[in-house]
Amino acid sequence: MGLAPLPLVNDAGMDLPIQELTPERIAVVFNRIMNTETAARFKVYMNTCVHCGLCSDACHWFLSNDRDPRFSPVGKVKQTLWTLVQKKGRVQPEFIKECSRIAQTECNVCRRCSMYCPFGIDIAYLLLTVRRICSELGVVPQFLQDTVNSHAVTLNQMWVKQDEWIDTLQWQEDDARAEVRNARIPLDKEGADVFYSVIAPEPKILAQLIGNIAQIMAVAKVDWTMPSFDGWDNSNMAMYSGDFETMGRVERSHHDAALRLKSRRIVMGECGHAFRGAVYDGPKWLGWREPPIPLIHAVDFYHELITTGRLKIIKKFSTPVTVQEPCNIIRGRGLGVKLREIIDATCSDFRPPEPDFEHNYCCGAGGGVINCGPNWKASRVKGNSVKAEQLAATGAHIVITPCHNCHSGIEDIISGYKLGMHVKFFSEILMEVIEIPDELQA
Amino acid sequence: MNEIISNLAKSWDWDTPSKNLSDISQWSSNFSEVQELVTSMDGERIASVVRAGDESFTVCVNGEPWSNTFEKAWSLKFSPAGVLFVIAMNEDEWSVFEEDEPWNDTFEYVWNLNFSPNGKIAGVNVRSAEGYGASLNGETWEHKFVQVRSMHISNDGRNSAGSVQMEPLSEGDIVTFKKGIWGLAVNGHPWEQRFLNVWGCAFSGDGTRVAAEVRLKSGSQTIAVDGICWNEQFKAVWEPVFIPGTHEVIAPGLSSKGWQLHINGSPLWNQPFNQVWRQKFGPDGKRLAAVVSPDFGRWSIAVDGTVWKSTFSDVVIEPIFSFDSKHVAAAVKNNNRWTIAVDGVAWNQGFDMAWNPYFSPDGNMVVARIALGKNYFVALDGKLVLGPFEEMWDPIFSPDGESLLVKCVDDSRYFRKILPVKELLKK
Amino acid sequence: MYELVSGPLVWIAFLVFFAGMIYQFLGMLRLAKKDKVIYPYMSLKYSLRSLFHWIIPFASRNMRARYEVTLITFVFHLSLILLPIFLAAHVVMFSFAWGPDWRVLPEMTAQFLTVLVMLACLFFMLRRLMLPEVRFVTEPSDYALLLIAAAPFITGFAANRQWFEYETVLILHMVSGCVMLMAIPFTRLSHMLFFPFTRAYMGSEFGSVRNARDW
Repeated sequence: MGLAPLPLVNDAGMDLPIQELTPERIAVVFNRIMNTETAARFKVYMNTCVHCGLCSDACHWFLSNDRDPRFSPVGKVKQTLWTLVQKKGRVQPEFIKECSRIAQTECNVCRRCSMYCPFGIDIAYLLLTVRRICSELGVVPQFLQDTVNSHAVTLNQMWVKQDEWIDTLQWQEDDARAEVRNARIPLDKEGADVFYSVIAPEPKILAQLIGNIAQIMAVAKVDWTMPSFDGWDNSNMAMYSGDFETMGRVERSHHDAALRLKSRRIVMGECGHAFRGAVYDGPKWLGWREPPIPLIHAVDFYHELITTGRLKIIKKFSTPVTVQEPCNIIRGRGLGVKLREIIDATCSDFRPPEPDFEHNYCCGAGGGVINCGPNWKASRVKGNSVKAEQLAATGAHIVITPCHNCHSGIEDIISGYKLGMHVKFFSEILMEVIEIPDELQA
Repeated sequence: MNEIISNLAKSWDWDTPSKNLSDISQWSSNFSEVQELVTSMDGERIASVVRAGDESFTVCVNGEPWSNTFEKAWSLKFSPAGVLFVIAMNEDEWSVFEEDEPWNDTFEYVWNLNFSPNGKIAGVNVRSAEGYGASLNGETWEHKFVQVRSMHISNDGRNSAGSVQMEPLSEGDIVTFKKGIWGLAVNGHPWEQRFLNVWGCAFSGDGTRVAAEVRLKSGSQTIAVDGICWNEQFKAVWEPVFIPGTHEVIAPGLSSKGWQLHINGSPLWNQPFNQVWRQKFGPDGKRLAAVVSPDFGRWSIAVDGTVWKSTFSDVVIEPIFSFDSKHVAAAVKNNNRWTIAVDGVAWNQGFDMAWNPYFSPDGNMVVARIALGKNYFVALDGKLVLGPFEEMWDPIFSPDGESLLVKCVDDSRYFRKILPVKELLKK
Repeated sequence: MYELVSGPLVWIAFLVFFAGMIYQFLGMLRLAKKDKVIYPYMSLKYSLRSLFHWIIPFASRNMRARYEVTLITFVFHLSLILLPIFLAAHVVMFSFAWGPDWRVLPEMTAQFLTVLVMLACLFFMLRRLMLPEVRFVTEPSDYALLLIAAAPFITGFAANRQWFEYETVLILHMVSGCVMLMAIPFTRLSHMLFFPFTRAYMGSEFGSVRNARDW
């Protein structure tokens, strides 16, 4: 089949490590993973797939690359696992770079394809297995690996030092107090109703989101806390690179922090992959069927605050809005209806995307793909033209993105395809429409 | 309640049945903001960071404010020995204030305030213009580092350790990282050995040895004792502990069989688990208990390798031994309800929250702090015997086991109560 | 030759088929334990919910998006199961050997369904050849499997029509039927066995862990 070669992308995280690999060493690692880390799912999925290609239409990469079969879900499995299994792992080092490119930079493990496979084969799981193999061989895109290194050292995603974290919270507390009387970010408070966790880009580059939440908590009179110690970051790129040991350590520290503070439940900020990591991938690796204490996403939490009247909406956001439904909380946790309800409660001109709910397209940034860094941005944006078309068709001016990866990913789509739209977190909408009672006005 | 606390408890007032030490509602009228309340172990003092003026804070103890005021103050804690500490800042200089008196040194930032297990020494991590380090009772490590991320203090408080970054690392530099730039600094002196990561840390009982979790390369972790690694490597390890009175180290390690406890690198208990962590020795230094997951999604305690008959769906916090090491209890959560399990038998009633349980000195009774909604109770052997209170701290048995010290806020007033256990049981 | 094929070979084929299916099934159960999340995640309610949406034509979004594939796939699989069981000639042979018999498909219907199966196979072959995303993932074994599935129907149709030499065609028919039976447990045709389980697991994970729909 005559397919033009894909543009060559250099990446120090792949090009350097493959120089140290040999087919023998690859085979050893591959077979160890096959023998000790895969079982029924892997075997049955590989033996049941009838190569029908019906998963193709699920994938935004396939649809956006002119239906290039190399980007279809099963096409990605063929180019990686079929060969690996057939050759029992004895492949050339360059092949592992291909695997890394395909599994880590050209698949968002968004699991849309498992809703299109008639057999319900979890193709994302298969590609995560490829990522695991790459990671164990040390072949991971440079910036994704750097993020994982940060997780391993600091238990947060962006090398935030312990003092920087606390300092940022104290600074944001000051900012929140300038708006809402006695707004606080209670550190290490034992027995609070809510343990609030965020992802590291918040303290690093979007600190005002923490200030916003301090205001929201004060207005809604929520008994809450944040830890001054490690475990405050709920994100987890190690889950996506294939470094499951680091993933487990990060998730343990997150849940341990909430358990140590005897919190009733964890509420996490607007992030999708973090939710997936904290609510099932992480707990699963550690041995928990469910998180040890209830863990709810910001969308769920805002829904609760709005429907119980703890936050009063006094006006509606009138600019036309649409929504990027994050895979990991909609397809991943069924929060689609609640998300619509809080948008309806706060916005007067909502333009639904099509397809939507579980069938929404991934933003293209999730699954660790945006963390692969600038070298991979061009292919990522090119690989999601369907998203640009979908957003443009809504005619909205604002895209609500209750997920950090979606937020950055959609921003790239908007600028890449010159859509002239803007992205907002839901909390930013909320800040514009809630009542701050007189007695709380600073 | 460890031995150190029970020794300290001998000198406490166990005779006065009830002391109303402060009216908290009065605090709220004196200060525009009252933050979280903390109490001393003996219950004689209650304190909080309060707002003293528009932009200033102070510490209020039993209703009386300190003379110092601060632009910022946080991490208010009583040491086990009953000394009150706070981390505070004025004019961009941070320090530790010990009972209203500042330590000599000031820093760019101060955090991770904790205490030696014997309660005598307070330590913090610090950042100054020269770099990162630690300060103990005001004495600061001589050497500074690119970064420090933890603060551990030996039992006697004479030694301190923290994981430190030995070289700067620029964004995206995965090559330097792979060389290993992390070490452990003991009293400010780093190990010679460097690792990808150094986590956790434990001192031997005599404080002369330090063990830590280290990562050698991706998917390869082990335990290093004074910088020397175990011969065996694991996919992952968790926090090590020393066997009391020895220099032998025990830590959980993950191999293809599953998680197992290891002693100096060799399997200790034969049975592998889905998970094992928080291993702990009894006061006798011999009995060993750990939190284990025998099946996926089920949690329990194993004592000397034998798993409790009952398992719990959500979480088991940590094993707590009786003074004679014969019994083990733990706070557990099953089907979203918290309770206490003693030697594998859970209390009948479930709660919204349960804190760590503690045994009476003779090991026959177990007491725990319990929450139902926002109300706090004392639970003794599964029965709620006192409460509800607005706030409450862990109840403590008297050294003779006859009475219980209960520290609570009732109707906005803070009480220190001494209650005869016999009468509580009649309720 | 005829005796050999219609006697021992058929026996062997059925034996291999059933033993193979049991072997694969037990192997799956054993491996499912090693994959520690499978049993804890499995839910009867969500398994059935998922199966329901995927065994009813057009009940899932992808089935509606690809209506021609859906229609042909359903007709193909239904005929594939109905024809061998309810074909008059098969029932007569069974009844002759064992006694019991059951209602059979009218001759015309059977012929019609056989033609549909053959056309469906042709469709699948053309799809493999013409659709880039299918051709890209097509291996020689995919054509072989298609041939294995089609052969009993082609030969059966030829025998019914008395094309070529009847006995040779009949032997070919029986041999190809036996090959297919024996191939099912050990090739991707094993989706006959695995389909309900992969579907049930995905349905369970979507339903009871992720609170979402999977259709």
